Amino acid sequence: MRKSHPVRRAVLAGAATVSGIVLLLALKPASDPASAQAAGGVAAQRSAAAQESPQGGSGQQTGARTVTGDVATTQYGNVQVRLTVSGGRITAAEAVQAPKGGVSDQKTALAVPRLNQAAVAAQSADIDAVSGATYTSTGYKQSLQSALDKAGG
Amino acid sequence: MVGQVTDPAGGPSALRHAEEVMGTVVSFDVRGGEPGAVRTALEEAVAGLHRVDEVFSTYREDSQVSRLGRGDVTLEQCDQEVAEVLASGAEAERLSDGWFSTRYEGRIDPTGIVKGWAVERAARHLAASGADGVSVNGGGDVQMYGVPGPHRPWRVGIADPLRPGGLAAVVSAAGAAELAVATSGTAERGAHIVDPRTGRSAVTDLVAVTVVGPRLIWADAWATAAFAMGSRQALDWLESLPDVEALLITAGDEVRCTGGLAARLG
Repeated sequence: MRKSHPVRRAVLAGAATVSGIVLLLALKPASDPASAQAAGGVAAQRSAAAQESPQGGSGQQTGARTVTGDVATTQYGNVQVRLTVSGGRITAAEAVQAPKGGVSDQKTALAVPRLNQAAVAAQSADIDAVSGATYTSTGYKQSLQSALDKAGG
Repeated sequence: MVGQVTDPAGGPSALRHAEEVMGTVVSFDVRGGEPGAVRTALEEAVAGLHRVDEVFSTYREDSQVSRLGRGDVTLEQCDQEVAEVLASGAEAERLSDGWFSTRYEGRIDPTGIVKGWAVERAARHLAASGADGVSVNGGGDVQMYGVPGPHRPWRVGIADPLRPGGLAAVVSAAGAAELAVATSGTAERGAHIVDPRTGRSAVTDLVAVTVVGPRLIWADAWATAAFAMGSRQALDWLESLPDVEALLITAGDEVRCTGGLAARLG
């Protein structure tokens, strides 16, 4: 796992999780196969149908807002997703409602965080630095930060 | 030691450098400013980090902190920065109700606060040299000043501890003249965070805590303390701190945030 290139791994993880997000949001596992474009389409579609609300409170940055999707019924229970949109791009996603209890807990644990990852994977090229648990000099070589340093801008 | 100057389209010149120091790698990204002044400031900042390592490392028998711990020297005989850092550590210990500590097995060990303090100081030195934007990443803890270009803020990805190579979120420094993002967790170095109450590795349901605030010295300390607390206590405590937002990831793969974090995502 540590030997594979971090950027490639991120792309692969992104592709895998895009499938996950489409399956969850489309609610039709047997429907059109997932693709990156499909994920974008679904996200846009949900935004249009969703209730948009600017971030509450004063002094917030402009441009960032959350979009809370409708409750979706899946075979595991109800799922509701909240996306954070900034400058027209999804920058974070979290489940505000997820199935609880029984066998489905395990599946929820897998599916819900992947929504986060899928949403931010597409943005990862546009970051300047990466924060994470402290890496050693050796760990740095495999880090995303190292890839950014090499990219040089 | 060689920095690389690039000129991104439409933006100010960028000076980038990665330095191996303090057991990790510190990455610099400095934008704009007068090139000569910025380059000099970068060399001084890098030298400053190596000096910090010499003085504070608990892995070096001959460091001032090691000698202080053995009682070979008094605090007054050490560099003035030693007293400054220990005072900050004591403040962090007080504000975290003892969850952050600068003692380990009865000995002085300011390791938990030194890196945040040193990286913040290095970044501030670069900002003072006239750079328009500064980002210094000390092994996963980032201090930013200004902006990288005229039309965009600094953006920091938060590594997903359960999926190496992936990101859990992206934090934007939009609207902030200074911003720090610090993460504590088990992902890279194993269980290195000690519960000061038991002296053993912290028993926690968390795999990572990311703290966002103006200054890295505090963001780093709060991330360490919160990690040791566990998710329930940590979230309440972090909410009570002014100018602090946080994102917590549990071993069960749940993501929990303070109320104001959403305004910093993007």
